[in-house]
Amino acid sequence: MPDASAVANERAERLATEPWQHAGANGSGLVGFANTVRDIWVQRELLGMLTKRELKARYKDSSLGFLWSLARPLTQLFIYYVVLGTFLGNAKAIDNFAIYIFSGLTIFTVFQEIVGAGTASIVVNAGLVKKVYLPREIFTLSSVGSSLFNFLIQFAILLVAALALQTVAFGWDLLYGVGALVLTIVYAVALALLLGALNVYLRDVQYLVEVVLMLAMWGSPIVYSWTQVADRVPGWLTEIYLNNPVTIAVIGFQQAMWGETSHGTTPDHLATRMLVALVVGLVLLFVSQRVFSRLQGNFAQEL
Amino acid sequence: MSPATPIVRVQDVSKRFVLHKEKSLKERVLSAGRNSAFREDFWALRNVDLEIDSGSTVGLIGPNGSGKSTLLKTIGGIIQPTSGSVVRRGRMAALLELGAGFHADLTGRENVYLNASILGLSRTQTDRYFDDIVDFSGIAEFIDTQVKFYSSGMYVRLAFAVAVHVDPDLLLVDEVLAVGDEAFQKKCLDKIASFQAEGRTIVLVTHTLNQITDLCSRALVLARGNVMFDGDPTDAVSVLRSGFQTTIDADAANAERPAQAATPAFDIARVRSIVVDGEHDRSTDQVVVAPDRPLTIDVELDAKTQLDDWGIGVHVDNPFGQVVVGTHTDMLKVPTPSFQGSRTVRFTFSDVRLGGGEYRVTSALFGRGGQEIHRLTEGATFTVRPNSSSYGPIGAAAAIQF
Repeated sequence: MPDASAVANERAERLATEPWQHAGANGSGLVGFANTVRDIWVQRELLGMLTKRELKARYKDSSLGFLWSLARPLTQLFIYYVVLGTFLGNAKAIDNFAIYIFSGLTIFTVFQEIVGAGTASIVVNAGLVKKVYLPREIFTLSSVGSSLFNFLIQFAILLVAALALQTVAFGWDLLYGVGALVLTIVYAVALALLLGALNVYLRDVQYLVEVVLMLAMWGSPIVYSWTQVADRVPGWLTEIYLNNPVTIAVIGFQQAMWGETSHGTTPDHLATRMLVALVVGLVLLFVSQRVFSRLQGNFAQEL
Repeated sequence: MSPATPIVRVQDVSKRFVLHKEKSLKERVLSAGRNSAFREDFWALRNVDLEIDSGSTVGLIGPNGSGKSTLLKTIGGIIQPTSGSVVRRGRMAALLELGAGFHADLTGRENVYLNASILGLSRTQTDRYFDDIVDFSGIAEFIDTQVKFYSSGMYVRLAFAVAVHVDPDLLLVDEVLAVGDEAFQKKCLDKIASFQAEGRTIVLVTHTLNQITDLCSRALVLARGNVMFDGDPTDAVSVLRSGFQTTIDADAANAERPAQAATPAFDIARVRSIVVDGEHDRSTDQVVVAPDRPLTIDVELDAKTQLDDWGIGVHVDNPFGQVVVGTHTDMLKVPTPSFQGSRTVRFTFSDVRLGGGEYRVTSALFGRGGQEIHRLTEGATFTVRPNSSSYGPIGAAAAIQF
């Protein structure tokens, strides 16, 4: 190998000019946040691969494959429509009840999957966390990727149905749908980072999250209308209820996919509420990431 | 060669582990008031300073729990130090476990891409190396099979193949330098050698001490989180060996065994001690034997009762536990004189030519019919300075003619 030493010299010269970087640690405050975002951006290809791995591995040996990811939401839709809509009579109070439920379920499932899978993500990937250095946020974010994939499939079905029943129309209201999705992702990722990190130290978190997510589903106007809540509880409680970011996202999404022709009433200032919630959500995301980065130093030994 | 370029700087790094005795919420709430009773501090690293030059191969050795893996993970950024800082530059790949991130349900091909990506290769780079990787692993025909159907050998071969095709400036290795069958191990070591020739820096943790002397240009001995020695690999291995003895002694002292247990009671006779003739090196506390001198071993015996029909043997082991040379009274057909009390027996191996390294001496005392009365395992150790003209398990005065 005649040029091996030339390669070696060249390497040494190149290294001499490279800046020092801290192993693992990433600075604090805004700088740390920016550094992490940059690291993740550099690793975006890996992020895509981890997402793909998750999707591929999930239904690898089943013959129906991805169709199974639709089984759960469609079954939920069926149950809620029959039991709550027909037996309990909600379908009379809300026009196009099936679309109403399914749009609520579609957006809520994104939240549920990101938070649920994100909380478990660090523990599930313990093998990698302990053995390879990567920005650990990647594991949380890879659950976002697969949730979004499932969302797209569900959304396609929803869109077809909504177009068929003409509950969706091209117009400014569609922006509510985009806003709802962004809002959902921001909050879900913020919570997933925070809970995923805590789950490493306290495994109870993931069981708690399951329960709270169930509560959150019934706490959002998915199978009933928010006006039904407003009619029965005092005004201040309605305000709290309506300012729940998940509720805002669900209402926004319904507004886009269902509200147009179904005589739905939106709360006052829905757009403002969404913007405020988004700003708060971004702050929460920042705080979560900082907490995550503080806690991740000990991941490898706690797992 | 340009002046040394540091690639890793470890400054005053300490790492504390808190050992929790309980894990669940219930237990934590219940013990909230007396939390300190349930936690225990453990310093895995204490004030470690280290600078690694680009192009060097550094071995980290030490007994289990000495902090070498923790140090490696600290350099890799997998563990954050409690205090101090670690800075590094260039591309790093950490090989702490082969096939970390392999997913059993995916095919070999998919796992190659995934694993390469985890180790820092982009997709286009992996495309370029893919054929090399498969070729190196030697399992081309199974590349589209799910890895859960792989044999464990195939699994590590593929994992290793991916790992060595990542193009790092700094490679961190934990105990996985050579895997698979002998032919594949040779391939692995060749690859490591070419890594070294290309000026890549390797930091490795291993318990296989001959890897340290064969591969490393520098070695660190760690014990209880401190760097005990930093320098020449051969010396480091000697220090580690004497250190093991210290650890054993310390453990024995910790156990606070009764004094008489330290010199076990014996009924008939015992081998009291073994002494190897040689010069005593004070710095390493080792007996050093010149390679071309006869090897003389004195075995001291104690007998409580009169020993009439007895025999004695001695053998010298290399660090791998292989017997290098040995003999006994039956073999030499020498009659043994009766004795009681203490007596010294001298063994001389006159034209032994041992290769450089460390050796341990074991001696056993036999009674009538070859029955063992007492054995003193590794009762003495000695070092043979490496011969200047040859290497290997035996030494020779070598010459070359043209």
